[in-house]
Amino acid sequence: MMKNILAAAAVFLLLGVAVYASFFIAPTDVKQGLIYRILFLHVPSAWTGLTAFFISFLANLLYVWRRQPRWDWLGVSAAEVGLAFTTVVLVTGPIWAHPVWGIWWTWSPRLTSTFVLWLLYVAYVVLRTLIEEPDRRALLSALFGIFAFIDVPLVFGSIRWWRDQHPQPVVMGEPGAGLDPIMYKVLLFSWLAMLALMTLLIRQRYRLEAMRGDLETMQQELEVA
Amino acid sequence: MSLFPNALVLLGKELRTEFRSRELLTTTVVFILIVMFMFSITFQPTSDESRQIGPGLLWLAFLFAASLMLQHCFLREQHNDTLSALRLSVSDPFAILLAKLAANTLFLLLTELFLLPIFALMYNVSVVRVVHWLALAFFLGSLGISIVGTALSAISAQARMRELLLPVLMLPLLTPILIVSTEVTKALFDRAPYVRWQGIGFLAVFDVVFLTALWLFGEYLLEE
Repeated sequence: MMKNILAAAAVFLLLGVAVYASFFIAPTDVKQGLIYRILFLHVPSAWTGLTAFFISFLANLLYVWRRQPRWDWLGVSAAEVGLAFTTVVLVTGPIWAHPVWGIWWTWSPRLTSTFVLWLLYVAYVVLRTLIEEPDRRALLSALFGIFAFIDVPLVFGSIRWWRDQHPQPVVMGEPGAGLDPIMYKVLLFSWLAMLALMTLLIRQRYRLEAMRGDLETMQQELEVA
Repeated sequence: MSLFPNALVLLGKELRTEFRSRELLTTTVVFILIVMFMFSITFQPTSDESRQIGPGLLWLAFLFAASLMLQHCFLREQHNDTLSALRLSVSDPFAILLAKLAANTLFLLLTELFLLPIFALMYNVSVVRVVHWLALAFFLGSLGISIVGTALSAISAQARMRELLLPVLMLPLLTPILIVSTEVTKALFDRAPYVRWQGIGFLAVFDVVFLTALWLFGEYLLEE
């Protein structure tokens, strides 16, 4: 219990420093002004989301190979946490885009790919709710998770290729291009803080899933007895 | 190496089952016709607009039709409780998947073959000059849809709400096929048609990647 509180405190301290750095240490952008600071939440969330999906993919592979419930628990925990971070990306993107681009959403390659990525993992979570039997749910969702992750580079590739034919509305340069060195450091630090948060969330979610798993086993044993 | 002989026998079984009744093919063709008709009365596209949006519509209709049509391939085995018998009869369970995906590709291609002339007439697009390239694009696209669809219908058949679940799993996964097949078809429907090799190559890569994944993980899909 004490360990948990300490870990959470450390993560929130890191996040606090990241927030402070993004507001007071990183210089204000010449063209965009204050609104650009959402970058320090938006970009690290995107990277962290992808990291979480990668962890989920590894866990899915390990489940199919070893058939230990803990890999199933890790798989679902990482996928849900990744989904949460990707949702943050999809929410903060439009908040930034509206004042800067003048529109909330455009079907540009990066936005479309992120949205498809989000849909894939929503489908993964939906699938898990629709299979009762724990072993079957673990195996089938692991297989879907593997297919979904294999699909990610193909989604990104196809959408990037498709853009060649469809010029997008006037869009300012990507915010990451030619980033100021201080901004870059703050960005990397924010990512570190986000990764710490991700680890904490996955750990908590994993413990919950493990408890659920134990409960299901006990219920089954009771039914048999 | 009994994989291919086994798969061939099973493919024969799939085709015999379907051609006895032809209900799957008939219903799918009617479904796509209805979608095409509804699209045209909703948007009333001119000839140039059809060239622009027609390919997307065509592939969307194929995808939706496939997501309904592919439900059947494992449900039929479940209803008759024949999946365990099938598994016992072959040494490599991949043969079952291979036969089913070959049959599904064939069914999709047959519906497309039937619908393409109707589409060309209704939407005023000439396809005669590029029909061999269209055949290649349709084959690679339909193969991709069938590989992913067969795998996912094995998953959805074991879940609740399976009729709704299959499209939810399948459509986002098939976004690359939808985008690229549409673009390749659009180039072929152009007034001066041309082949987009990059797109054809992409479709082939997609098929190879997912066929490999199915080969590696397919046996787990059919575990009892």
